[in-house]
Amino acid sequence: MSRETLIDLLYLFSATTFILALKGLGSPKHARRGNMVAAFGMLVAVVATFFKYVDGHGSYQGHSLHHVWLIVLAMFIGLIIAVPTARFVKMTAMPQLVAIFNGVGGGAASLVSLTEFIHVKSTHPATYVILEVLLGVLIGTVSFAGSAVAFAKLQELMTGRPVTYPGQQVINALVGLGAMALIITILVTASTSLLWILLALSFVLGVIFVLPIGGADVPVLISLLNAFTGLAVAASGFTLGSNLLIVAGVLVGASGILLTRLMSKAMGRSLSNVLFSAFGSVVTASGATTRDDGRSVRSGTPEDIGILLGFSSRVVIIPGYGLAVAQGQHVLRELAELLEAKGIEVFYAIHPVAGRMPGHMNVLLAEANVPYEQLLEMDEANSELATADVALVVGANDTVNPAATDDPSSPIYGMPIIHADLAENVVFLKRSMRPGFAGIENDLLYNPKTTLVFGDAKDTLTKMVAAVKAN
Amino acid sequence: MGNVLLQYLTVLILTAFVGTEIIAKVPSILHTPLMSGSNAIHGVILVGSMLILGGATTNLQEVLGFLAVILATLNVVGGFVVTDRMLEMFKPRAKPTAPTSDEVTT
Repeated sequence: MSRETLIDLLYLFSATTFILALKGLGSPKHARRGNMVAAFGMLVAVVATFFKYVDGHGSYQGHSLHHVWLIVLAMFIGLIIAVPTARFVKMTAMPQLVAIFNGVGGGAASLVSLTEFIHVKSTHPATYVILEVLLGVLIGTVSFAGSAVAFAKLQELMTGRPVTYPGQQVINALVGLGAMALIITILVTASTSLLWILLALSFVLGVIFVLPIGGADVPVLISLLNAFTGLAVAASGFTLGSNLLIVAGVLVGASGILLTRLMSKAMGRSLSNVLFSAFGSVVTASGATTRDDGRSVRSGTPEDIGILLGFSSRVVIIPGYGLAVAQGQHVLRELAELLEAKGIEVFYAIHPVAGRMPGHMNVLLAEANVPYEQLLEMDEANSELATADVALVVGANDTVNPAATDDPSSPIYGMPIIHADLAENVVFLKRSMRPGFAGIENDLLYNPKTTLVFGDAKDTLTKMVAAVKAN
Repeated sequence: MGNVLLQYLTVLILTAFVGTEIIAKVPSILHTPLMSGSNAIHGVILVGSMLILGGATTNLQEVLGFLAVILATLNVVGGFVVTDRMLEMFKPRAKPTAPTSDEVTT
């Protein structure tokens, strides 16, 4: 067996481990092992690559890798940055970390395509080869720049609200069309200098594409950028002639696209609405002043609620991102455990878009040692709520807003929600009467079943724990 | 040349279908690790970056290749480590007393 065949077999092995890793994610039990298998597969691929010949064509076998020490040095630099960052970042900061790791992948794919173009240009490559390169550069760079802006938004280096300016959609469309025109020109002329312009234009496109997308829509955005990087890697795979890159890139592309669709569906909006409508940009107008139309709310003390919970037999907790902001997950879990010790059934109802990336709330609760059997998906949760005594809403708002099902004029109409109002009693832990991200009044707050407890979620939960203990 | 392209397209189409089938089975509680894990998988661009730097003949290619290897390593290593950290936290219900004591809640 020739050396190249052996290396290709090892690549095939790696591609298989990637598929196994995704299969492992089918259940929390096997997921971790799957991830380790994929990491091993990746290591095999990297080691095998060190022995690969490059630049072979015809009967010429090519030469072994140049700059081996440079490669090792670059890997070392990457390693000493990545490991501590990945190890020590807090779980609430996970979305921005995923965003940035996604972005650098897109950047690498773009650089690979770009360099390969410079490399093969002298051999007058076929048009489809140039097209692959251009797509790799375009998609990879958009993903890189877009992820960087998403990172800045999540890290609060800039406002999380949609950034809008007059003529935004026209300008974005023009830049997009400009990139298309440039691609066609390069296909004809195979000009390297124009390729640099495409690189710059793609960067601008990535930035202006993400600017109008608001914080609450970031789960959709991150999924989409993930898909972009996958596709950019697949495009590089075509250029380099590597099945491994194509398989890995397409797997990621498929997962990103699937998650993007799931997330938009969970918001009850189309993908184009999420991407282009600058949703939530008017929040400041209606959100700053709470409309007081004479309806009254009932508020209670943490102690009242502690007693109420103590006499329930089934409690469903509906956490939102506000819980994570208040760092209340651990106290919440303590409360849940206390209630369970009294023989009360406790579940957590998780809305798919709670948090800043798909499934984020599950990770935050898992970090607080909540067993995953207690985490219910939306549909399951809604059937449990019908027989629940108390729905405890902590730091969530829009995801329980009945306007999504009742009021066709509401901007969130059509969004699937958790039906907290099915429970016997609804308890809201809220900082104030301010509406949530979407800036929409929540009628559930005025429901006679509802009790509001104002204050910081963590403090309130701590007091409730004390109250439950005292009883 | 055309046959090679066809072969790659075959791989692409088949992977797209296999991938969609597998990923559709991932439960929503694992969507964050899915995203982060798939993130690590596209770090395989490291292999491409190595080939680029290893085949570089001009300074420009060396610089771009060097950058690509750094970025791709960040992607691979960061991706796998973060995913592992997340998955480590997904634990089944702890059974502090006798293993039969869970009928209280179930």
